[in-house]
Amino acid sequence: MLSNRRIPAAAALAAAIPLALAGCSGGTETAAEPSGPVTLTWWHNGTTDPIKSIWAQVVADYQKAHPEVTIKGQPLQNEEFTTKVPLALQSNEPPDVYQSWGGGELASQATSGKVADLTDAAKDWLSTVGKLAESWQVDGKQYGIPWEQHFVGFWYRKDLFAQAGITAPPSTLDELNAAVAKLKQAGITPIAVGGKDRWPDAFYWNYFALRACSADTLKQSVKAVKLDDPCWTKAGRDLQAFLATQPFQPGFTGTPAQQGAGSSAGLVANGKAAMELQGDWEPGTMSSLTEDKDLDSKVGWFPFPAVPGGQGDPAAVLGGGDGFSCTTRAVKACADFLRYLGSEPVQNQLAAKGAGLPMTASAAASLKTESLKSVFDYGQKAPYVQMYFDKAFPTAVGAALNDAVANFFAGQGTPEGIVDAVNKAAAGDK
Amino acid sequence: MTATATRVRAAARPSAPAVRTRTPGVRKKLELTFLLGPALVLFAGFVLVPIGIAAFYSLYEWNGFGPLDDFVGLGNYADALSGSVFQGAIGHNLIIAGLSLVVQLPLSIGLALLLNRKLRGRAVLRALVFAPYVLSEAITAVIWLLMLQPNGFVDQMLRGIGLGGLVQHWLADPGIVLYTLFAVITWKYIGFGIILLLAGLQGVPAELREAAALDGASAWQTTRHVVLPLLGPTIRIWVFLSVIGSLQLFDLVWIMTLGGPANASATMATYLVDHGFKRYEFGFGSAVAVILFVICFVFALLYQRFALRRDTDGALTRMVD
Repeated sequence: MLSNRRIPAAAALAAAIPLALAGCSGGTETAAEPSGPVTLTWWHNGTTDPIKSIWAQVVADYQKAHPEVTIKGQPLQNEEFTTKVPLALQSNEPPDVYQSWGGGELASQATSGKVADLTDAAKDWLSTVGKLAESWQVDGKQYGIPWEQHFVGFWYRKDLFAQAGITAPPSTLDELNAAVAKLKQAGITPIAVGGKDRWPDAFYWNYFALRACSADTLKQSVKAVKLDDPCWTKAGRDLQAFLATQPFQPGFTGTPAQQGAGSSAGLVANGKAAMELQGDWEPGTMSSLTEDKDLDSKVGWFPFPAVPGGQGDPAAVLGGGDGFSCTTRAVKACADFLRYLGSEPVQNQLAAKGAGLPMTASAAASLKTESLKSVFDYGQKAPYVQMYFDKAFPTAVGAALNDAVANFFAGQGTPEGIVDAVNKAAAGDK
Repeated sequence: MTATATRVRAAARPSAPAVRTRTPGVRKKLELTFLLGPALVLFAGFVLVPIGIAAFYSLYEWNGFGPLDDFVGLGNYADALSGSVFQGAIGHNLIIAGLSLVVQLPLSIGLALLLNRKLRGRAVLRALVFAPYVLSEAITAVIWLLMLQPNGFVDQMLRGIGLGGLVQHWLADPGIVLYTLFAVITWKYIGFGIILLLAGLQGVPAELREAAALDGASAWQTTRHVVLPLLGPTIRIWVFLSVIGSLQLFDLVWIMTLGGPANASATMATYLVDHGFKRYEFGFGSAVAVILFVICFVFALLYQRFALRRDTDGALTRMVD
């Protein structure tokens, strides 16, 4: 990304651009909708297939139906959005449509005044998107709209489970621990985790918190960005007990999540580990890391098990979604394009080609595998969906949480320390 | 230099009329403005101004959006310098810099002396040693990431030669990760040091060696008392580049470990990116950038002043004469 010799200059330069550009920009109240031909610049994360070709198709179809609209797609890596969007939102030429994961990050972005309020533009059809759209609201205003949803759970190898003599996927923590023990006995790494990337570690703490805390506590704490209920420390203690069973592959703190056969996804894909706690995107990630063409039939899914002693609903699910936000230049055209992304033809295509879980139940019928359908159903029926905390919290707090959990996985810190890290970051302490 | 300059001016004064010294002065200034102007504008615009702006941002708590309205003075600096993670990161940079001097330098000198001899396959050996330097740091990092993963090439090779007991969690053990990274850095940059030293060795006159040999000096004595002192300027430049590079270490660490596990391989630069971009703490990130800049700048100034002075003295153009 940056040559090592140029860090100070480059960092200073990167920091300098927003101010310089902000200095040139006039007001942000440019509500005048352009009439006539519109060009939408579209920053999305479709760098690889299937999503890359789906988006190409979507652009072609949409432009055919709307000859006055030209869409210029620009695929970017996920990581790039964290650096490019803040700079772009300070500039005079932000993209018209850009990938957004909602939550606290979007709330920060909205303070730039460049992110469009879609409440009016989408009011006729927003209800068709479903409840997930709430994650793109800031102070009751709709600042973005999701086009696919995600739920996290355990992906497991049916063949390795059978080899270890496990007959049914575990539904309680005790059963999960028993399965871990059986797999170890059979000489199989029970669970793979991509500890290097930190966020996969955080899924575990997230889920233990979902099981320990009531939905009300979860909502309240996320809103206040303050973890003061004792259930948050229980989550850490539950995690501590779980880590003590040593369920992960040796050296997991250095393992990447998605890159290469040695990554956690690669280990499961190649039968070197039996389980992984990951989102619904996992089968897609795995299939690109193995030669095994028959992978789908070997992989199953089960939800994060019930944990004793908590106030959380055992069926509450951790998830989130992918969405797009608009900037203020061409709100109407942008909103209409987002409406199209939520429409049946696009949603069916997304589901059928394995790009992710669609927003609509009818499109879910097009999902490729039974396990993906079961993930979708589980998510639809869940009494409560908690957005991943690193996305739900403001960015600084979410990153501090992931770091604290990753350190905890590496043997540093305490259950209380994770809670403190979040509260301190929320208070602005470094 | 000052003494020389004064002498030049003093010598010029009695004989040369005032007008004659002034005219070339003005012309020279015009020439300088014309020739240096564009470069200076670029330098100011892309180096000085951004540094100034980063210093300005560093006084604010700012998430990158909206107005700068939360002035915290030197609070960000205090937070960074008092934080254990950043202190650890500075320590890691210093360890890398120290190890470079202690390990890479002798290794480079030894290999350069060896490759300077007439030996069979010397060209091939030189190319081999230099090849890693040609790779970008990002590619180096990815290659080694794959080789160092559990049961990867390195582990298999160690087991293959009966050293299976040495196998470690190279990138996952907080106690080892920094040294693993140092080994990769050495692999990548040793060729650069060797090339630099080989060039320096070309400047060692053969007559001096012959004279030493005639005087009965052993090969070691010749190396120790004739070759090494004459390599001094090259070594001092290498030390400079190596320390600055170690202080600014980023790409390799970012790709291989992201500064982990548990910050065990965090450097100042990874800490900067972690906070500036991943946490949207642009004010705080700017403070870290300024600290990193000051550390490098102070080192560069002191090193120029004390270590490089005799090498650069005379090489710098004086404006007066």
